Amino acid sequence: MGDEKITEEVDIWVAGTEEPQFSPTDEGSQEIARDESDYRLREQRGSVVDDDYELDDGFGEDDERMILNMGPQHPSTHGVLRLQIELEGEVIRRTKPIIGYLHTGMEKTAEQLTFGQGPTNVTRMDYLAPFHNELAYSLAVERLLGIEVPPRAAVIRVLMTELNRVSSHLVALATNGMDIGALSIMTYGFREREFILDFFEKTTGLRMNHNYIRPGGVAADLAPGWKDDVGHLLTYLPPKIDDYDDMLRHNPIWESRTRGVGVVTAEEAIAYGITGPALRATGVDWDLRKAFPYSGIENYEFDVPTGTHGDTYDRYRVRIEEIHQSLRIVEQALELMPKGDFRVDDRKVTPPPRARIDESMEALIHHFKLFTEGFKVSAGETYVAVESPRGELGCYLVSDGEAKPYRMHVRAPSFNNLQALPIAMADSLMADTIATIASMDPVMGDVDR
Amino acid sequence: MTHPIIDDVVGRFDDVAHEMSHGQDVAHVPRESWLAFATAARDAGFEVCVDVTAVDWLRARPERYQVVAGLLSMEHRTRLRMITTLDREDPVVDSLVPLYPGTNYAEREVYDMFGIVFEGHPDLTRILMPDDWEGFPLRKDFGVGGVPVQFKESHQVS
Repeated sequence: MGDEKITEEVDIWVAGTEEPQFSPTDEGSQEIARDESDYRLREQRGSVVDDDYELDDGFGEDDERMILNMGPQHPSTHGVLRLQIELEGEVIRRTKPIIGYLHTGMEKTAEQLTFGQGPTNVTRMDYLAPFHNELAYSLAVERLLGIEVPPRAAVIRVLMTELNRVSSHLVALATNGMDIGALSIMTYGFREREFILDFFEKTTGLRMNHNYIRPGGVAADLAPGWKDDVGHLLTYLPPKIDDYDDMLRHNPIWESRTRGVGVVTAEEAIAYGITGPALRATGVDWDLRKAFPYSGIENYEFDVPTGTHGDTYDRYRVRIEEIHQSLRIVEQALELMPKGDFRVDDRKVTPPPRARIDESMEALIHHFKLFTEGFKVSAGETYVAVESPRGELGCYLVSDGEAKPYRMHVRAPSFNNLQALPIAMADSLMADTIATIASMDPVMGDVDR
Repeated sequence: MTHPIIDDVVGRFDDVAHEMSHGQDVAHVPRESWLAFATAARDAGFEVCVDVTAVDWLRARPERYQVVAGLLSMEHRTRLRMITTLDREDPVVDSLVPLYPGTNYAEREVYDMFGIVFEGHPDLTRILMPDDWEGFPLRKDFGVGGVPVQFKESHQVS
């Protein structure tokens, strides 16, 4: 084929002109500052890369391995995750996740905050599942204090955390779809999530970072009319979820992009401490709500869905099924909701009601002391874990008898699940990377804390 | 309510003390037996190590550091927490990575935050803090708010 024919096709004609107004750009046309040093120029163009990751020793001249740096500012890495990927042609040989870009020292911050202020801090860790963070922290404090929350508080906690699981899985579904190219599922997922967040906003005042579940109960009772709101969610969501499931499940593009992609076996998942839907997709029937129940969740009927292959498709199926199971729990919580107090009747941790402060000086002083000094927690250490949408979310709390935790550590599920990425991506195609990352559903706030 | 396998594992070690902490099983393991005890626990059915973390007691206790590892048995539905104490001069303990590959990141985090060295770890580098960071932020003698803030002077117009 002659070269002339090809150039004719490439040239672009602008309407109304006789001559083609297009000239191909060369690389030098985007220089930012011509008069600076060569190193500075390379820095500005982003071609200076400090690799802290080196090729294998066997690397030779004819070897086609290369290292690709992905992130931290890549839209599909779900926040600021950076991956260094060793490629051989189009096949990934090794992967190294590099994290810490969102590290804000929240465990150190927790040592400066009183036990009552703690939930404000931990709720910002896993920002897609804030209630689970608050719940793990509050359960740990309550265990050290040796208090039991009233039944209504426990049911409210279950109601909120399970709705939170639905909203979190909807985001996982939406972003997973978006990364693979199914843009409509992205808008649907975020839309339905917003209905749940509306309910959270009505109850807690905020869409995210609620600071609602606190040591001793919850911050406020459910808003008037909550039954109708939850009832609306329960009638509205299940058919929608079924629709989206129908959309994706038998979609040949979706299937070919997810089936057999990012496989993690059960043995690998257990060895690497993977929990949550990523573990259950491998076929391991493990759910902390069944194994170590909290907040009376053993009184609810629900199933633990599992997959078989441990691939991206199974993780997606497990999440869809978990949404249905969570809605089942919400439905039971709606019927079960007992009357009574929403926080424990213990003056040590519970501030006096607002009305009492107006009429009693002692109540005012008590309220003031509780919010300035906080309450003291007897010395000891404990570990409490809850099943967050991403897996085992644990809180290791050490108290030395003061009003602030001596040490607070959060066992973040995303942090541990990220270790599965190099395994899931090894010897897979570059194009499957995004689908695998999305299906692991890492939340960088949870990873870096 | 201690599970029999915990009694069994703890009973095999003379130097390991079993304790109940708010209804949870805790094994106080000396540093020398750390890896041996973990191996015995894994063989007894604790197939997952969920977490490794540390506590810095500074001057409150004679042994400054505590390394805490949470073991989980899915088969027997029970948990066991292993705690060891490390001296301030020599904060070194055996790595659990050969046994539980999943402790890789957790041990890197403990090293990053406390400066505790895990012997036998394949890649003991900083994980959350920048590579050139000085000091270990979660130690109790690392102050709060003492970090120089980047671009702080940029608003000073001369």
